[in-house]
Amino acid sequence: MQSNYLVKFLTILLLVFGISAQAQHEPKEEHEGTPEEVSLKTKIKESINHHLLDSHDFTFFSDSETGKHYGFSLPVILWDNEAGLQLFSSSKFHHGEEVAENNGNYYTLYHNKVYKTDAEGTITLDEHHHPTQAKPLDFSITKSVLMILITGILMLLAFVGMAKSFKKGPIVTGAGRFLEPIILYIRDEIAIPNIGEKKYRKYMPYLLTVFFFVWFLNLFGLTPLGVNVTGNIAITFALAIITFIITQVSGNANYWKHIFWMPGVPVPMKIILAPIELLGVIIKPFALMIRLYANIMAGHIVLMSLIGLIFVFQNWIGSSLTFVLSFAISLIELLVALLQAYIFTMLSALYFGFAVEEHDEAH
Amino acid sequence: MEKLINDFSFGLFFWQMILFVLLLLLLKKFAWGPILSALNDREEGIKNALDSAEKAKLEMQNLQADNQKLLQEARTEREAMIKEAREIKEKMISDAKEEAKTEADKMITNAQAAIESEKKSAIAEIKNQVASLSIDIAEKVVKSELADKDKQLKLVESMLNDATLN
Repeated sequence: MQSNYLVKFLTILLLVFGISAQAQHEPKEEHEGTPEEVSLKTKIKESINHHLLDSHDFTFFSDSETGKHYGFSLPVILWDNEAGLQLFSSSKFHHGEEVAENNGNYYTLYHNKVYKTDAEGTITLDEHHHPTQAKPLDFSITKSVLMILITGILMLLAFVGMAKSFKKGPIVTGAGRFLEPIILYIRDEIAIPNIGEKKYRKYMPYLLTVFFFVWFLNLFGLTPLGVNVTGNIAITFALAIITFIITQVSGNANYWKHIFWMPGVPVPMKIILAPIELLGVIIKPFALMIRLYANIMAGHIVLMSLIGLIFVFQNWIGSSLTFVLSFAISLIELLVALLQAYIFTMLSALYFGFAVEEHDEAH
Repeated sequence: MEKLINDFSFGLFFWQMILFVLLLLLLKKFAWGPILSALNDREEGIKNALDSAEKAKLEMQNLQADNQKLLQEARTEREAMIKEAREIKEKMISDAKEEAKTEADKMITNAQAAIESEKKSAIAEIKNQVASLSIDIAEKVVKSELADKDKQLKLVESMLNDATLN
């Protein structure tokens, strides 16, 4: 059992770092070629980078020649230490092209981050190319926040509807028919085997919520809406920290004993193992965070690079081949969307299982 | 690592935490709770239904066995009753025959006895009548015989003659 998990874990690690390593190489190649191609490649690279980041307005597509953006603006909420709460529409930024003025304070976007500036929008950079300007706390309803809200509402509609349909009778109707086997799978194949028959109930709401949340957001990421929510470190950090907190809160005496005073090994080993185990406690959710982030991020980079290649080739054979390739990658990404949601849920359940495990004998 | 820290947006983290926990609580209260308990109830229901079906099947089998037994019993009882009835019938018939026979025998004997006595009395009557008739005839014959004296004397003479010869 233990070695089985280890193999799984190593395989997943290999997959994660394999894909992300590949992803890192992709954009670098785009620097070569003739000056015209460079401009196209740079444009593609910029568009990919822009897509991967969160943004303060919701743009469906932009026309770079006329400089027009099609989409809608979102509210910007800032907490400025000097000026207090600032609330204005993101249309004031004009997609980062202009300085936004609100109540006599000036703000500008630099690499999708809000900085306090003057009326001219001057940004001074230090030696690490970081702006020296003050950075107000940004609580804006960004594209990602909007997508989280939409996903949350969709989930509420779907699952509260399902719960209501269960009130009428034991057979669920509508979308619940599709969702029910997934819920049963999470209960019977993820929660019960990893946490145990007695204690799994307490963790079911979190496991179900995190699974569908990650899955739905991963799927939204594959739509032409171009949102990259689960490929954002803040999101995966938040999810990982919740798993971490639940694990530590539900950890029983046995769990802590295995961390600080590993039973069944000689005393010097106990002393050596304690810091390693303690480090493991942090590494586990950290790996959870990086795995989801890197997988989704890499998937988006690969897919967008391939789509970009269609325009780079500009001939029938190359473009159609890349089209087929990007189609195949899209299908794989559909699988990855589900797989990453599954892995996140599975590993969370596994950690909860470690925390509540009760056994008298040492391994 | 620097890219990770650079990419980290506190605002997004803040909203994600709040919205996710809110979503978790709302779903827990309004969706997961009812759904999971409904699924559990349904599974329990299916299990119970299967159990009771199994029980019913067993009961049915028992009932069928009972029925079979009852039927068998009824059949043997019916056969026994038929057999008994047949025996009674035969006995009754034989009894009746016996009785009829004895009665008939008795009647025949009585009749024979009556016939015998009747015959006897008839014979006796006939004897009496014959006797009186013969007396009457003898009287008349004697009377007529005795009326002729010569003849009587001749007869006595002949008889005497015969007696001497002897």
